[in-house]
Amino acid sequence: MKTCLVVDDSSVVRKIARRILEGMNFHIIEAEDGAVALEACKRALPDAVLLDWNMPVMDGFEFLVQLRRLPGGDQPKVVFCTTENGIDHISRALHAGANEYIMKPFDKDIVVAKFQEVGLLALDAPTDA
Amino acid sequence: MTPPDYEYLRKLLKDHSGLDLSADKQYLIESRLLPLARKYGLSGIPDLVTKIRGGAYIPQVVEAMTTNETFFFRDKVPFDHFRDAIMPDVLKARAARRSVRIWCAAGSTGQEPYSLAMCLKEMGATLAGWRVEIVASDLSQEVLEKSKAGIYSQFEVQRGLPIQMLVKYFKQSGELWQINPELRSMVQHHQLNLLHDFAQLGVFDVVFCRNVLIYFDQDTKINVFNRLARSMEADGFLVLGAAETVVGLTDSFKPVPERRGLYRPNGARGLAAAMPRVAVAG
Repeated sequence: MKTCLVVDDSSVVRKIARRILEGMNFHIIEAEDGAVALEACKRALPDAVLLDWNMPVMDGFEFLVQLRRLPGGDQPKVVFCTTENGIDHISRALHAGANEYIMKPFDKDIVVAKFQEVGLLALDAPTDA
Repeated sequence: MTPPDYEYLRKLLKDHSGLDLSADKQYLIESRLLPLARKYGLSGIPDLVTKIRGGAYIPQVVEAMTTNETFFFRDKVPFDHFRDAIMPDVLKARAARRSVRIWCAAGSTGQEPYSLAMCLKEMGATLAGWRVEIVASDLSQEVLEKSKAGIYSQFEVQRGLPIQMLVKYFKQSGELWQINPELRSMVQHHQLNLLHDFAQLGVFDVVFCRNVLIYFDQDTKINVFNRLARSMEADGFLVLGAAETVVGLTDSFKPVPERRGLYRPNGARGLAAAMPRVAVAG
């Protein structure tokens, strides 16, 4: 079973994301900011990271930069999931090594489409969230 | 909805669009037409049917019933066929002519023709100096207008469109995204009912006709397939939806092995047109 680290300071968003991703057969780890997420990655790298941008302590962008510097840190597929929907933010994220980008609000169809896009989910995989 | 009203609408839709509803699709009609009735200030479906019987709202009703959900790179596989099988073949077969004509026969709100336009742009210099034409047709003028504008909501651009392509080929305007003018200029739009003659569109190398014939009855399907074959080059390609096939309906097309949904012409027109090329090759 693949692991997805869900990083968002909103417990509501984490809960929604958890329900969608568990329906896609992912094991979920939650983190409420970038620093907590980075500690989790130092212990064990996940297969996927669903990543908010604006969070206290350490934001999603800084987390991404730090993650990509870890040994093996280029491996996890990182999908931003943020209300930051400007082209400048998207470009910065891609430049820093994000694999995909979701603009909130999001739903199950968007998460499935984006996870398929980066190869985390087979095209014909059943989902039941 | 009363049974006579349902039968009346079924026949109307069949005659005007080829849409062939089975006897148990009342819910589909209600879910599509109730918003339409409200929009025109009518109390409900019975009221709307009265107006339709009087000759009003027929194009709007047909449009509401035949408009389908679509998204960029829908089903992925057909676009893999396009990039990995169709275009490599076309590049060789049309090397002398350096032109390719592509028809999206149910172009809807533009996601399919623009997905093909993006595929072609991604091929870069390979197509330098080629004349590329994408014709998008649809029954509905309303969806064609949307296709022409090429403006999509944040929700629409997140379903099937890789983020790199969004950044590369779209311009943001608030929460809306517009496909760039260069790609828009690659697509021509025509309002067209597949039940009517479409010979005036000319002859195509590639035809995408996905998820539209599924609504037609068998005779209509056969008729459309046979006319499609006459509007295609002998060595052209036909792409159907995942749940569609020509098998058992017509021998105008034959399936391409190992390529689900991909077909090539197989008919008399094909033979006649293929002869000179065979002679040159020999």
